[in-house]
Amino acid sequence: MNLLKSYFLPRLSQWLITILVGVTVTFILPRLLPTDPVERTLSTLSSLQTMDPRAVESLKEALEDLYGLGGSPFEQYINYWKRLIRGDLGPSMSAFPTPVIEIIGAGLPWTVGLLISTIFISWILGIILGTLAGYLPKNLWCQIMDKIFISIYPIPYYILALILVMSFCYHFQVFPLVGGASGKPEISWSYLSSILWHSFLPATSLIVGSTAFRFIMAKALTSTIIASDYVHYAETAGLSRWRIVLFYVIRNTLLPQATDLGLSIGAIFSGTVITEVVFSYPGIGYSLYMGLLQADFNLILGITVFSIVGIATAALLVDLSYPLLDPRVRYK
Amino acid sequence: MKIIKDLFKYHLSFRFGAIILLLIFLLATLSFFSPYEATKRRVVPKNEAPSFDYIFGTTSLGQDVFWILTFAIRNTLIIAGLAVLIGRSIAVILGSFSGYVGGTTDRVLQSIVDSFIVIPRLPLLILISFVLKGELNFLHLALILGFLDIAWPSKRYRSQILSLREQEFTYTAVFSGMNTFKVILKEHFPFFIPYLLADAVSGFLWAIGIEITLAVLGLCDLTTPTIGTMIYWGNYYQALLMQRLWVLAAPVITSIFIVVAFYLISTSLSEYLDPRTRLKRLGTGG
Repeated sequence: MNLLKSYFLPRLSQWLITILVGVTVTFILPRLLPTDPVERTLSTLSSLQTMDPRAVESLKEALEDLYGLGGSPFEQYINYWKRLIRGDLGPSMSAFPTPVIEIIGAGLPWTVGLLISTIFISWILGIILGTLAGYLPKNLWCQIMDKIFISIYPIPYYILALILVMSFCYHFQVFPLVGGASGKPEISWSYLSSILWHSFLPATSLIVGSTAFRFIMAKALTSTIIASDYVHYAETAGLSRWRIVLFYVIRNTLLPQATDLGLSIGAIFSGTVITEVVFSYPGIGYSLYMGLLQADFNLILGITVFSIVGIATAALLVDLSYPLLDPRVRYK
Repeated sequence: MKIIKDLFKYHLSFRFGAIILLLIFLLATLSFFSPYEATKRRVVPKNEAPSFDYIFGTTSLGQDVFWILTFAIRNTLIIAGLAVLIGRSIAVILGSFSGYVGGTTDRVLQSIVDSFIVIPRLPLLILISFVLKGELNFLHLALILGFLDIAWPSKRYRSQILSLREQEFTYTAVFSGMNTFKVILKEHFPFFIPYLLADAVSGFLWAIGIEITLAVLGLCDLTTPTIGTMIYWGNYYQALLMQRLWVLAAPVITSIFIVVAFYLISTSLSEYLDPRTRLKRLGTGG
């Protein structure tokens, strides 16, 4: 009960605040900026085909209604929330009248699959390699690894992905460039293996990028931990190196790493969006890009709102699992 | 000055980073002597491979890759620099204010800042630049990037202020009649500087990455040459499919050199400024 009050409630309220702030920003921004989304949509539509003025006028009314631009700003804000809580993100303009939420639903499994496998693999890989590099600073392999990750870390995601595309899709032509799978969706070896095959390069670009960050963090954490008394004691007591690394060093770096994981999901998601665009991977990042190309304001807004809520929730879940790792929170 | 000389002498990665950076700045300065205008197209034959006449080849728009690259480096550095300047000034003010005032104001500000740490910035940026499309010149871009990169640094400055506020010398300064503003400026700011340097570099790297990303998505002013727009036009004319690698190679390789150089300098600087390694260095040096 105490744990619930002192640990879960503050996190839950922060989650609500994050969503409140994020959604409010998406409400205010398009209204603050000088251009009008309705005018923009209309001009894009009328540039594609000639329209008669009366049809434009009625379309304008329909759009204003759709974007909730009628009434005072406060009423608009309330209506905006009402629609969001119902899960209604409006129809997509480019694929009218498919609801935006349906487009998101179609892309979501791909994005989530990419995101989860990336986060999982890079977190484990980064921590293990980083801890080893911090624990054995004189080892040649660890030094080489250190240099490699330090040069990879600052490179922008897009550049990293582009280099992989250049080398493995065009130059060597090992991996496919478009799509998430080939063949009909079914539970069979050929379909499942094609999913893995298509996701290999996108996932690799993301994993390399986020492992580099995790590696640097783990190495820095380890270098402070190996100076501590209990590690010296364990070494004096003659415990094996593996035991020390696994149970004394890594165990203690896990806590800050878990906190950081919750905070970095947003950044990794941003990376996923870029990766999906580069590899034409059919997730919601790619839908976002398609929305951009077709000037589909509703789709862009819908995906933005959805990703804010989704990332905030994922961060909350990571945060709530923290007591499993840290006994101090449990026994307080 | 002595610090730089020292670093140059003893720190391999600093030397490496500094030399690359010098070359980069040299390239950016060369843009002032370019024989062509930055936005002019069809000034040289299209799609020429690198040769003696055009060392980095020419683009599908009929521009000399080398000279366009000099403009691109200059513009990208200016955008990222402005973004860092704007973001960091706001972050320092916000962080110190929040840390000093404390109480409810601090709590409200911190929950908002925390929200911005969690919210994914790229979709938000795409939304903003989409609505602004066509009017997004590079001053706007710098402003927006600056504003979106406040959350993390302000949190760090706040925790710095919180710990500095409890220090002995702060009390001494306050009791001897210094006002709050002076205390921050004279007593606390010197402690900020190392953090500010390392932090400015990480902001710089982020801004360069986002500039490239937004340009590649076609969301910036595409007529201004930047590293991102160079890649955009390369992709637009199918440089990969047509085997015209040089069009993309120049901006890609340059961007890697820029970010790695900056990062190496920042890590060697923060290592140098860290009191623990300073002690070690004195021990081994003396």
